[in-house]
Order: sequence, then structure tokens, then C-alpha cells
Amino acid sequence: MDTVTQLVLLSLAAGTPLVFAALGELVVEKSGVLNLGVEGMMLVGAVVSFIVAARTQSPWLGVAAGATAAAALSVIFAVIALTLRANQVATGLALSLFGVGLSAFAGRDYMSVVIEGITPIHVPALSDLPVIGKLVFGHNPLVYVSWMLFAAVQLFLFRTRAGLVLRAVGESPQSAHAIGYRVIAIRYAAVVFGGACAGVGGAFLAIAYTPSWVEGMTAGRGWIALALVVFATWKPWRVLVGAYLFGSVTLAQFQAQAAGVDVPSQLLAMLPYLATILVLAIISRDAMAIRLNAPASLGKPYHPE
Amino acid sequence: MAAPTTPHATPAADAAPRLALSGITKRYPAVVANDRVDLDVLPGEIHAVLGENGAGKSTLMKIIYGVVTPDAGTMRWEGSTVQVANPAQARRLGIGMVFQHFSLFDTLTVGENIRLAVDDTDAKSLPARIRDVSQRYGLPLDPRRHVHTMSVGERQRVEIVRCLLQKPRLLIMDEPTSVLTPQAVLSLFDTLRTLAAEGCSILYISHKLDEIRALCHRATVLRAGKVTGQCDPRRETAASLARMMIGGELPHPQHREATAGAPALVVDALDVRAADPFGTTLREISFAVHAGEIVGIAGVSGNGQKELLAALSGERTQARRNAIMLCGKPAGRLGAAARRRRGLAFVPEERLGRGAVPEMSLAENALLTTRKGGLVRRGFIRGDAVRACAAKIIDAFGVRTPNAEAAARSLSGGNLQKFIVGREISQQPKVLIAAQPTWGVDVGASAQIRQALIDLRDQGVAVLVVSEELDELMEISDRLAVIAQGRLSEPKPVHATSAEEIGLLMAGAHRTQGAGVPAAVG
Amino acid sequence: MRLFLEARPQPSQIAAWTAPLLATAATLVVGFIVFKALGRNPLAAFHAFFVQPVASLYGIAELLLKATPLMIIATGLAIGYRANVWNIGAEGQLTMGAIAGGGLALWLGESEWPSAVLLPLMFVAGALAGMAWAAIPAWLRTRFNANEILTSLMLVYVATLYLSWLVHGPWRDPEGYNFPQSKLFADAALLPNLLAETRLNVEFLVALAIVAIAWVFVRRHIVGFEMRVAGLAPAAANYAGIDARRNVWLGMLAGGACAGIAGVGEAAGPIGQLLPSMSPGYGFAAIIVAFVGRLHPLGVALASLLMSLLYLGGESAQMNLALPSAVTGLFQGTLLFLLLAADVLVNYRVRVVHRTAAA
Repeated sequence: MDTVTQLVLLSLAAGTPLVFAALGELVVEKSGVLNLGVEGMMLVGAVVSFIVAARTQSPWLGVAAGATAAAALSVIFAVIALTLRANQVATGLALSLFGVGLSAFAGRDYMSVVIEGITPIHVPALSDLPVIGKLVFGHNPLVYVSWMLFAAVQLFLFRTRAGLVLRAVGESPQSAHAIGYRVIAIRYAAVVFGGACAGVGGAFLAIAYTPSWVEGMTAGRGWIALALVVFATWKPWRVLVGAYLFGSVTLAQFQAQAAGVDVPSQLLAMLPYLATILVLAIISRDAMAIRLNAPASLGKPYHPE
Repeated sequence: MAAPTTPHATPAADAAPRLALSGITKRYPAVVANDRVDLDVLPGEIHAVLGENGAGKSTLMKIIYGVVTPDAGTMRWEGSTVQVANPAQARRLGIGMVFQHFSLFDTLTVGENIRLAVDDTDAKSLPARIRDVSQRYGLPLDPRRHVHTMSVGERQRVEIVRCLLQKPRLLIMDEPTSVLTPQAVLSLFDTLRTLAAEGCSILYISHKLDEIRALCHRATVLRAGKVTGQCDPRRETAASLARMMIGGELPHPQHREATAGAPALVVDALDVRAADPFGTTLREISFAVHAGEIVGIAGVSGNGQKELLAALSGERTQARRNAIMLCGKPAGRLGAAARRRRGLAFVPEERLGRGAVPEMSLAENALLTTRKGGLVRRGFIRGDAVRACAAKIIDAFGVRTPNAEAAARSLSGGNLQKFIVGREISQQPKVLIAAQPTWGVDVGASAQIRQALIDLRDQGVAVLVVSEELDELMEISDRLAVIAQGRLSEPKPVHATSAEEIGLLMAGAHRTQGAGVPAAVG
Repeated sequence: MRLFLEARPQPSQIAAWTAPLLATAATLVVGFIVFKALGRNPLAAFHAFFVQPVASLYGIAELLLKATPLMIIATGLAIGYRANVWNIGAEGQLTMGAIAGGGLALWLGESEWPSAVLLPLMFVAGALAGMAWAAIPAWLRTRFNANEILTSLMLVYVATLYLSWLVHGPWRDPEGYNFPQSKLFADAALLPNLLAETRLNVEFLVALAIVAIAWVFVRRHIVGFEMRVAGLAPAAANYAGIDARRNVWLGMLAGGACAGIAGVGEAAGPIGQLLPSMSPGYGFAAIIVAFVGRLHPLGVALASLLMSLLYLGGESAQMNLALPSAVTGLFQGTLLFLLLAADVLVNYRVRVVHRTAAA
């Protein structure tokens, strides 16, 4: 397999946890809720999926468990930020900190455990086709799942009535309530969906990408996912583009090392974070674009009558 | 105001009421919003619910529409007792409501907005049905337009058509004319009469006596949550209705003839690009307010008032220093605090969140804009001076509150407005700008505030009032101008103009100053 | 029967100060359950976690020692949080402060510079470095409107990698057996002890001074007032002519300076050199301290003691109960969650409503 194909495959894989987490958060933010706890939820998804995969020998069961655990965590966020009307920023931060602590605690005995993870597929005959073989049929199964998720989110938000309602809630919860929609319930559903997605993103890291469990293994991907949603101006296809761009930046450090570039590994490792800052600055600068695309009620506390 | 036209024949009084409320009560922690209210509406009747701000009208309507649940009382709909748990159920019963504050989604189209509120599943035929219904009732709409491109009057059409598509048998209209020009009001009345003739009952909420007398068959009057009377408004005078509404005469401010002095606020060819993508751009706005006069700026909301006020107050600064002159000196580049130091004071449209910080005490809110009088010394706050300042405002303006430590959000709308107006006046400004000074304020406080503005004028202060209430402006202004689509008309003395002329200006039939296409009516 | 929240006309002062106590009590309950679930005797666990660490003079000194950086950082962060300026990157600013102060120590430590000159210089260097690191998100927000939460957080990762590079590479102790660490600081560059036989050093006094200054600023100074307005009602702040950009800069720089000072404190105090990790997450724990302390300097001082106890408890649990130290992080997160939940009582009353019977 030639280098370019290899690079593409790896970039897509590297970007996939971001795809899951950012698509989930996009749906959450479209409903007007800002959940900063993505990092914590991804870590919990990672550790739970790893533990379950290790104990049951079934990696797919692990993925499901990881998604469920992260979703459960997001319910705590929903209760405090939506029902008890706490500040969304603070609650999201609390969720991240809690998730970091919980995952470190739960995974303490699993740091050197080895499991059989989910490996890239191989379709007889098709995967061996030149060039397109691997590019179309050689990805990790979860990558395909992420593409289906993208399609589902795009269709849901812009082609279904339920998606229209969700967008309306994000635009103006007061108006939605006045018409008779149950704003809090809709937001709960969005938050749980976002949690499950973040969980799958974390599970991908622990079960397919490495596969292993290391404390703090997301290394800030949850935060990068949040920045991605802004970068994508809340449009799903741009999330995909951004995630894969970041995936390739993440790879850059390994590529540079392999190519013998004489830059210390730590400095190369800074690239994704610096890139995130750069991207945020560029996008946020266009205040009009943000105003036109950001859900108008994002992060604002909502008090029904 | 609107010329009374022959009202439609009264529906038969012995028909069974379509809606009958009995003993409805709703309590909130600070106030009893509805106290054993009885109300009945006949089929095909236009029934007014009259009362001043804070009388409980909105709450009663929310109860009927299922947004709020009553603490006590019953509701009978077409003969059977019902408990409306939510708006969807209200709609199923055949009740529709057009809110005072629209429940629309700016970034969505008319079609999408209506689809959200209409409960049937036939989405394909919806655009055709929207066109159909909107034409039939004189409220033409294009389903593909995005709401944020529409004027306020047009948005109201969306609200109404949204209701009409559900074929309501009772239509509730909550203060519908505050966003309409006088001509558009007449047009709305025609629509409502057509509906009533078809058998639809209409509940018309308002505090505007002339409108009710022109439009409605019957009126129920609310005061402080209780029903104080029921009548046929066509047989009453404004004075008798006012007596039922507030228990006394409508107060009229004391007016003296104005003697205007030097120009204190001069705006010269002000061009402001809208900050908000859905806002209005101001073009070549020029006018002057002299010491000792009140200039009023009328206009339907959404025509640039927000942008103009932000530019005048200093919340948004200009590139050209001479675009705005305060007391003869250029002030365009100065921020809000600097303009205050030059003698400007401003009462904003939003009380909570802009004019005052809701969670802070009145004392702290006094400190918000007051820096004179030794409240701050070398950067440090003098607590006693601040408390004394707040106490003086509370006292001088009759603000009803236990003390200066009460949080701003614990005050009623009228009292908080009195405090904010009082705070700004207490700074002895040379120029005072007031936006919607009596919106949502009870009649007593309204009268007090209007009188305070007039007294200020008599003391030689230049006063600018920007308001959507044309009656109020015509009452207190010396000169009047109209803002429409970001342009300002030539201010004219009040006695030299009429409500009709103002109405035309509001609709955009402008003097040509490169004005371009006049706006759609409404 | 239904519970629902009813808005209070006046925010409740009582609830504001009992909420942290409620949250702490609830965290203890959670702790009880966690210990039981882990198969430990809850009472013995509580004793080991909360009582044993402070049962001696040395223990109390340790409590104050750990509380010091938390107090300093949280006080700085709180100033920003009050104005809705969310500095989440204190951990990175702490790291940069440690690098600056530590760098100075490594460079001048062997020279004849006395402690009385060197240490203040190190603190100044640390504060400046922390401020510079915090200035980046401040500039990005005021100039580009970029969210400071994300930018300050990204910089934490960058700072950590930078430190890692330094102690693996250019600043690695040549006599350190290839371990990633810098040379040990000379005595002149180490903080003098405050209490004999303990590790408590003079940085504790610096912390108290910072708390006092912050208290005066927040309660009595007009700028402190204006920042509070900006946090509560940005439109009102704009209306009053309060400069939003100034608030962002002040808010970020205050946190940055404090975190930088705390970083120097760790380097010149208990650690005595530069290591790949200069803090057990103080920058993040300080965020929790700021909230539990109600963003008020005095509250922050008390909350930092509580958080410090959680740290000590974690260490003690690791030694005596064979529990992972990660249990500390778990408690910290739980405490913040429960505090935010308890906070609802400040602005709302809980009402029980009995459905009225249908007539």
C-alpha cells in the first residue's frame, strides 16, 4: 500500500473520534445547550468500553457500553444545567473534571491490559483493488459508522420535522415553549445523544485506534471537538472536513519524525493544539458568520414561566 | 385615532356562550394575577378584555391557551368543562392565540414557522394553504420568505395566519396594534370583522380605549386581577371606560408652551451600519433637540430605533466626531461613560438586564450610572454616599420598595422604571433620552413619568423620546419626527401634523432623499 | 403531586453561603457510598481520608502548604469569573510561571545573589510569565472574539509539552542519570521555611496577602464593581459605559499572574527543581475552589482548605487504604457538581404542588 493511501487512511482514522464527538456536540448546541464536558465523556466512554471489552472479550459490546456510560454521565449534566438551571459553562467544566477523575479511577487496573480491538475491515477482492480498494473498503468499521452518523445527523436536522423543532428550540426556546413544545425534554434528548456520540468517540480511541487504555488518553480531543463545532459554523459537513484536517495535523508529528525532521517530538506534538487556536481565531473573527449560524440561544439559561 | 366605522351586528345575546370562565384565580409569589375572574364570550363576538398594564389580562389569556394552569376556577368550552393542559390541547379545542411578543423563529422561513405550530401532518400542501388563507383575509404572505427579512407588521401576519390555518373558533389577540401603523390597524380591524362574521369569536386584549370602542361588541374590564365591570364599549365614552379601568380619571399631564433654547443635541448625517445581521441600517439621520423642548421620534418597532439609541447613548461609538454634538462639542467618538460626563442621560428600553442589573440592589444600581456626588473617591466606592443617593431617588420618585437593598428584579415594572428614570434625572443632565418610557408600566407610574419628562423640559433640559406609542408622543412632544427603515423624517411641531400623516410616514411614504422604494404597508 | 422551581424575587444570601456546606455534606455521603462499594469500612476510610492527614502539626502544615497555591490561583481566577471571563488555562499559566522562575533560579542560583533579592525576582518573573501566557487568550478574545475557554485550555497542553521538552532536553540535569528533570535549585533560590520540621514556607504569607488585596478590590473598588456588573448583565455594563475589553484583560491577567506566582511557589518550594509535572492539577482544582468559594476571596480561602484536605486524603488513602490517588479527582468533580446543584436554591425556591381536583 503506497504512502498516500496510508496517510489518507490514518488521517481519517485519527479524525474519527473527533467526528463522533463533534457531531454529537453539534446536535446538542443546535438545541441551544453548550456542553463543555465532552472531554470527560470521551474519557469515560473510552475506559468503560475498554473494561467491558476486556471482561467480555467482545469489543462491540465494549463500544455499546462506552456509549451508554457517557450518555449516563451527560444525564447528570442535563439535570444540573437544564432542570436545576445552573450555569452551563460551569456545569460542563464540572462534567469534564469529573469525567477525568472517574476514568482515571475506574481504569487504574487496566493500564497494561491487552485486548483484541476492532481492526480495519478487509473485503475479499474489493479491498485489494488498486488505489480505491483500501480507500473505500479498507477502513476501520467504526469509520463507516461515523459516516452513517454524519448522514443521519444531516438528514435529521434539515429534512425532518423533529430536526426542525430542535433547531427552533435552539433559535428561541421561549417561542418554542409558547407554541407548546417541551423545550427541556427536547434538550435532554439532544444532550443524551451528544453524550452517546462522545462515548463512541472515546471508545474508538480505546478499542480501535490504539487499542489500549491510558489515563487521559484523549489528550484534549474533547476540547478540540468543541472548537471544531465553532470552526464548522454548526454545519455537519464542515465538521467532517475539519475533523479530518485535524486528523492529518495529528499525524504530522509522526510523519515528520519518520521523515527524520530534526524537531523535538514535544514541539511537533504541539501542532494540533496550536492549529486549534489558529482555526478558532480565524473563524470567530467573522462575527457576522457566527451570528448567522450559531443557535441564538446557545449557552443562555432558559427559564420557563 | 382610528375613525370609527360601523361595527358589525351584535351576535344574538341569548346564544350559548362559546367560552365561559368562572372563578379563575392565579397567584404568584408577589401578586395575585387573577382573582375570581368570570368571563364569557359568545360565538361570532368580538370581546374586549380591557385593563391597564399589570391588570392580569395576559395571565388570563395564557390560562385559556394552556400556557399557565389556574390555581382555582373552571373553564367551559362549548358547553363542556375542560382543563387546558397545554397549547397543543388548546389548539385541538379550536382556540388560537396571537401573542404580543411573537413566537417566531427569525432564521426560518414563513413556511417552516407555520409548520412548527400547525399540528396536522400534511406538509406538502402547506405552502398553498398559506397563500390561500393569507390572501382571503387580507394578510398576503410568501411562504418562502425568511422571517428576519420581514417587518414587524408582516411578522404579525405570520402569527395570525398560523392561527387561522387551524380554523379556530376562538381567536385571542394580545395587544395586536402596538406594532402597526394607524392604516394597518384599520386593515386588521377589517380582517377581524370578517372572521367574526364567519362565526369565529375573538378575544381582544388591549388598553387602547378608542380601538375597543371602534371594534368590539362587549368588553370585560380588569383591574388588579379582578373584574370591575362589563359593558358595550360602543355605548361608552373613553372617560367612562377609563373610570372602570383605573377607578378614576385618566391623568393628563400639565403642559406649558415650550420656549426652546440653544440646540443641546445635534445629530448630523449619521450613518450607522447594523451590527446585527437582522438589524436596520441608519442612513443620513439629521435632527436637533433644543434645550427646553421635547422631541419625539415615532415609528413601528424594527425601523432603526435600536440602532439609533445605541449610537446616541454611546453604547456604539461613531468614526466621525461631529456626527453627534452634545452641548456644542463633538461627541461622536465618546463612549457612554464619557457622554454621561458631558451631561447626557439615557433611559433604555429594556429595564432588567440593561437599565438595571436584576440581581443587584437598588443602591448598587444607582451606582451603575451615577458617578457625581462623591460616590467614588480615588477609585474606591463610598458605601454611605451610594446608599444615600439611592434613598433620595426612591423618595423623590415614589418608588415602592422596602429599602435600597432590595434587588432590582423584585420591583414591579412601573416601580423599576420610576427608579431608572429617577436615577437618570437625578444626575441633572443637559440632555435626556428616553426609549419607550412607559412600556409595560401601570397608568399611575406612566403619568408620573410623563410629568417628570415635561417638568424636566420646563427646567431647560433637552429631551428626546423614542416610542412606539403614538398617543403618548403626541401628548408630550413639542416636535415630532418619524423613523422608518433607518431614515428620519423632518421633525414638525405637533400641532402642525396629524396622526394620519404620521401613519403614512411610518409606512415609508417618505420625502425623497434618495429614499428608494417605499416599504410595504404595515 | 409535583415539585417545581419558583423564582425568588431576591437572591437568597443564606442559600449562597449554605450551598457550599450542603455540597460538602453531600460529597461526604457520596464518599461513604464509594468506600462501601470498594469494600472498605466507610468509617475507617473517612478517618484515613479526612482526619488522619491533619492529626499532627506536620499534617496541618501540609494542609496549608497545599492550600497555598490553590488559594492564590483561585483568587485570581475568581476575579475573572465574576466578569464572565473564563480562564481555564491556569494549569498552563502555572507551568509557564514555574519555567520562568525556575529558569531564573537555574541561571542565577549558583551566583552570589542573596535569597532576599533572588526570590522576589523569581516571583516577578513567574507572575510576568503567567500573565504573558494568559494574555494570549485575552488578545484572541478581544481581537478575534475567540472563546477563551478553548484557547486557554489548548495552551495548557502547549505549556506542558514545552516544559517536557525543556526537562528532557536543554535543561536536563547532566548528572541526573538521564531522568527528565532539571538541576536542583541552589539554596538561595528555595523558599525559606515558615514552620520548623514542616514543609510550610513563606509562600503561605504571600497567599494571605493576595487574598486580602483581592478582597479590597472586589468589595470596595469601582473596577471590581464594574467587573461584577459585566458578569451579571453585559448589556447593562455596555449601557453604563464599562469597557468590556478592559474586563477581559484584567480578568485573564489576574488569573495568569496568580497562577504564575503559584508555579514559582511549587518550583521553589516543595519540589525544588523543574520536573515534567509541576503540579497535581492545581490549575484545575483551583477552578473548583473558585466556585465552591462563591468567587469571594474569603470563601475561596476556606474552600482551598477543603480542597487541600481532599488532596491529602487522596494521598493518605493511597498509603493506608490501598486506594488509587485518582479517588481525589473523583471527589473534586463530585463536589463541584453538587455545589452547582445546591446553587439552584439561591435563585429558586422548591415548591411542592398538589394538583387541584378537577371541578
